[in-house]
Amino acid sequence: MTIRRWVGVLAALCIGLGWVAGAQAGPTLDKVKAAGQISCGVPTGVAGFAAPDSQGHWAGFDVDVCRALSAAIFGAADKVKYVPLTAQQRFTALQSGEVDLLSNNTTDTLQRDTALGFNFAPVVFYDGQGFMVPKKLGVKSAKELNGATICVQPGTTTELNLADYFRANKMEFKPVVIEKLDEALNAFFSGRCDVYTGDSSALNANRLSQAPNPDDYIILPERISKEPLAPVVRHGDEEWNDIVRWMVYALIEAEEKGITQKNVDEMLKSDAPDIKRMLGVTPGMGKNLGLDEKWAYNEIKLVGNYGEIFDRTLGKDTELKFERGLNNLWTHGGLMYAMPIR
Amino acid sequence: MPTDTIPRPTRPSPWRNPAVRSMVVQVLFVAAVLALGAFLVHNTVVNLRRQNIAGGFGFLDREAAFGIGEALIAYTPADTYARAFLVGLLNTLYVAGLGVVLATILGTVMGIARLSRNWLVSKLAQIYVETFRNIPLLLQLFFWWGLLRETAPAPRLAWQPLPDVFVSNRGIAFAVPSPDPAYGWMALAFLVGLAATIGAFRWARQRQAQTGQQFPTGWIGLGLVVGLPLAMFLLSGAPLTLDRPEMKGFNFTGGHAVSPEFAALLLGLVIYSGTFIAEIVRAGILAVSWGQTEAAMALGLHPIQRMRLIVLPQALRVIIPPMTSQYLSLTKNSSLAVAIGYPDLVSVTNTMINQTGQAVEGIAMIMAVYLTISLIISALMNVYNRSVALVER
Repeated sequence: MTIRRWVGVLAALCIGLGWVAGAQAGPTLDKVKAAGQISCGVPTGVAGFAAPDSQGHWAGFDVDVCRALSAAIFGAADKVKYVPLTAQQRFTALQSGEVDLLSNNTTDTLQRDTALGFNFAPVVFYDGQGFMVPKKLGVKSAKELNGATICVQPGTTTELNLADYFRANKMEFKPVVIEKLDEALNAFFSGRCDVYTGDSSALNANRLSQAPNPDDYIILPERISKEPLAPVVRHGDEEWNDIVRWMVYALIEAEEKGITQKNVDEMLKSDAPDIKRMLGVTPGMGKNLGLDEKWAYNEIKLVGNYGEIFDRTLGKDTELKFERGLNNLWTHGGLMYAMPIR
Repeated sequence: MPTDTIPRPTRPSPWRNPAVRSMVVQVLFVAAVLALGAFLVHNTVVNLRRQNIAGGFGFLDREAAFGIGEALIAYTPADTYARAFLVGLLNTLYVAGLGVVLATILGTVMGIARLSRNWLVSKLAQIYVETFRNIPLLLQLFFWWGLLRETAPAPRLAWQPLPDVFVSNRGIAFAVPSPDPAYGWMALAFLVGLAATIGAFRWARQRQAQTGQQFPTGWIGLGLVVGLPLAMFLLSGAPLTLDRPEMKGFNFTGGHAVSPEFAALLLGLVIYSGTFIAEIVRAGILAVSWGQTEAAMALGLHPIQRMRLIVLPQALRVIIPPMTSQYLSLTKNSSLAVAIGYPDLVSVTNTMINQTGQAVEGIAMIMAVYLTISLIISALMNVYNRSVALVER
């Protein structure tokens, strides 16, 4: 009898210790290296940001952020497992450790940073919430939307900004809240809602890629919120947080220094000390991050600098033709500013 | 050999006693389950604390700050999360309650129709059952929702099948009487009439048992239930001002509107659950042996009396237990609302979880609510079941 009890207690303890250890799971970098890939939470399909291309490979701005991280860690851009997550699923997936980071058009807010237990990497895209309406509705400004039915995705800052905006302007609205992006857009394009609201960049992408006739829809001029979109990691692993932060800074810094996918090999011969430091010709930076000295070189060589990624996925080389605007370098009147790599 | 060298039989070890053994095993099992539960709770709390995720239900008092499309009680984004939760709960109860009633009616009709001797009627009922029982409910919901959305015109071009009834892709808007104190009195009169009818019915049954004389309770009851409120309505001067829907700006204001999401969900739930109920009713009726019907015929009861007095009371004993399961699954299936944007309990709580990050608390609340609703339904059905069960002597 006693033996059996002790066996039971022992078994319970083993299970217990195993689970606690599993939940703590050591530094994320070790886990990622052991798995041989990064598990990256991306949107479920927004043209330009993250969508499978005609061959079924994930492509887009958010995807390239994951690829750059993979390049920095593994020296290869394709060691990524893409986990498409809806706005509602993404935070639980990150908290529970199902993904190692979110590159999911996530707005950096105080609430998420603190109560949800996350750390935000530097902003990779400055956005603002807007409204899309059918042209034939004849609406020219968001101020005319009193009484409108509005399709929105749940679990986003969008839903809260929407309620705030209508309250601030003493207007009424009827939300139709649909979790799946495709269903929400279908509902809007089929006329269930007068308005669809979301981040204006995504709105434009949705309009061009999913509207039956893109010219029938316009995006109203108002931007009712600030939406700084950034990659997200869990609290409690500072080393991993640092890697993601500097991975982003390296992309921006490379554009500022004129280092591109094409000329990065020539740049290795550069005499400029800051370029030598960044590309690992002068060692030290990689070691500080716990990565190979070639981390930034690999990012640029395999994925490109920030400007190249932007142009390739969202900007002038695409049908979306986004202006750089706030997302230009600080030297060109935008907000993109990398901390010094030294 | 001295006899005292024969060893005294030793007491067998307690381990050889089946009663003790089974007791020990059961105690150990319960202890293990409790330990596992305690460990899971502890582990969750520790992990949440380690990630600096605040716990507790304090967030319920905070401002919700998000909008909800349909609410049975007044709600604005300035209200608390607790109120938002209540709105979701009422929406769930509303659709589930209506669904249970309508599915029962549809299922009973279809179940009886399948037993009809008319070939066409029974085949149609069979086709209905076999089609809708075998398509996943989620697909049916998407189908109805898409159908309602895509076929109906925009609000400005709304169909008007009846005066003051507008059908558009925003739903069906229709006129309702504006609130008036007289309606409260009418409701009271209705309840009084209902109580009087039940009393009359009991009295008539007793009298019939004693004297064999029948009493027209049906007509008297109808008079009481309909006549009393009607008299009250006329007495208070027939106050009938209609609250008419009117196209204003983007949408209809005034009147009452049924959204496509609600309509699709209700339609889906009723049609899907109706198939199962039809089969349950059919099985229940077939379970009553033909001899009972023959005996009733021999007594000279006509078909309706046969159904009402002989077959149905016996069939109910077979029908009620599986029916309870159907009501429970209909209620739980209503949580599929989240897919088509009807703000039910799950949909609202999901948003709540996302805005606050209180996933553990939110899910616990959903589970507690569904458990409570299910236990109440099953308790009520058990009470009813006991009242129709065979009284054994």
